[in-house]
Amino acid sequence: MLTKRIIPCLDIKNGQTVKGINFLDVKEVGNPLELAEKYAASGADELVFLDISATEERRKTLFPLVKEIAKSIAIPFTVGGGIASVEDVNLLLRCGADKVSVNSSLVNKPDLINELAAAFGSQCIVAAIDAMQVDGMWKVHLSGGKIPTEIDLFDWAKEVEQRGAGEILFTSMNHDGVKNGFANEALLQLSKTVNIPIIASGGAGKMAHFEEVFTLGKADAALAASVFHYGEIGIPELKSYLKNQSIPIRI
Amino acid sequence: MKIAIIDYGAGNTQSVLFALERLGHTGFVTHDREKITSAEKIILPGVGEAASAMKKMREFQLDQLIPVLKQPVLGICLGMQLLCNATEEGNTNALGIFDTSIQKFPQNIGIKVPQMGWNTIYDLKSELFEGIQPNEYMYLVHSYYSPVCKEAISVTHYGFEYASALQKDNFYGVQFHPEKSGKYGQQILHNFLKL
Repeated sequence: MLTKRIIPCLDIKNGQTVKGINFLDVKEVGNPLELAEKYAASGADELVFLDISATEERRKTLFPLVKEIAKSIAIPFTVGGGIASVEDVNLLLRCGADKVSVNSSLVNKPDLINELAAAFGSQCIVAAIDAMQVDGMWKVHLSGGKIPTEIDLFDWAKEVEQRGAGEILFTSMNHDGVKNGFANEALLQLSKTVNIPIIASGGAGKMAHFEEVFTLGKADAALAASVFHYGEIGIPELKSYLKNQSIPIRI
Repeated sequence: MKIAIIDYGAGNTQSVLFALERLGHTGFVTHDREKITSAEKIILPGVGEAASAMKKMREFQLDQLIPVLKQPVLGICLGMQLLCNATEEGNTNALGIFDTSIQKFPQNIGIKVPQMGWNTIYDLKSELFEGIQPNEYMYLVHSYYSPVCKEAISVTHYGFEYASALQKDNFYGVQFHPEKSGKYGQQILHNFLKL
């Protein structure tokens, strides 16, 4: 049986891991390579690296880091942040990334999804969508949540699927960093809207939240950062908890 | 040991190279017919789209070379699918080594397509799986599959049972990614290198 995935996310800035609360207040939490090795050894099913450096810094720090990580860990990993072209993706895959997560560029240039899927296959294209619920409507936001749009989350999810994205990484900005549970209602609606896997992000605070995101939210994978980085939840404990709750999990 | 990783365009060769390095070996990426012929082990990696991959194979005349290779050959993911008769992806004729045809996962049976993540392999029937217990987890990412057939050496369940590995003579194919499947995936690569 296909298992639900637990995915630690490392936000990277200038080669260091950072994590903010509600997309702001960024502070450093550690060496990304060390964290990656630790998570891989403790049973993470995948890793996600999101680079939030400025473009110039990213060039200098991200590619060597991706290569180091790819050399040392034997589980799949996704790299995102500032990807805007087929060439960007080509370079990351050549460094050893397995998938890429693309966000704002897809909204600014939707044809990029088709181009990336044609060049590399849908399986390595993760469409990252940040959205915020305002007056009951989920609206897509760009540039790390800074720029609101009028685009509806569910319409956009359908479009990225049709254009060839292999997976959706949905971050609820209302829930991100608050540690009060995932956006399960929106996730459930997303999984009824599209037939590609959905990674839930934003809101993990305790182990029961992971159980809920799989049972109520029907997510295929759950992504979290701070609860893992600060040692509040250990991945082995989380996975045995979920298995005891009859969630299909790889131990 | 000379390990050739066949380059046919978009394949994700880097993670296979790194996995070999972790096992203490160095592979080389090539589409040169001589270099492939003289290698001791050959890996056909796989990330990409079938029709364009076969087009590249024909361009490099690898479609003639691969079926007559005598040394152990391992196809991974799309690489395994290209060793079969044909695939529904782009309605492509493939290399015709495994007597099975690749089909797309149906959309209407309550499974997501692609299958993405860790699933178990069982009914293991090959020296490739030495040291691997039935129901061990492997990492898979795919929208197309081979039905269970006489050359199946492992089975996986996703909505229904399908062949997650194939073998005929010196040709091996795995639908999962051993290079991304943790220590048990490494074990399978190690077993292949020992053949």
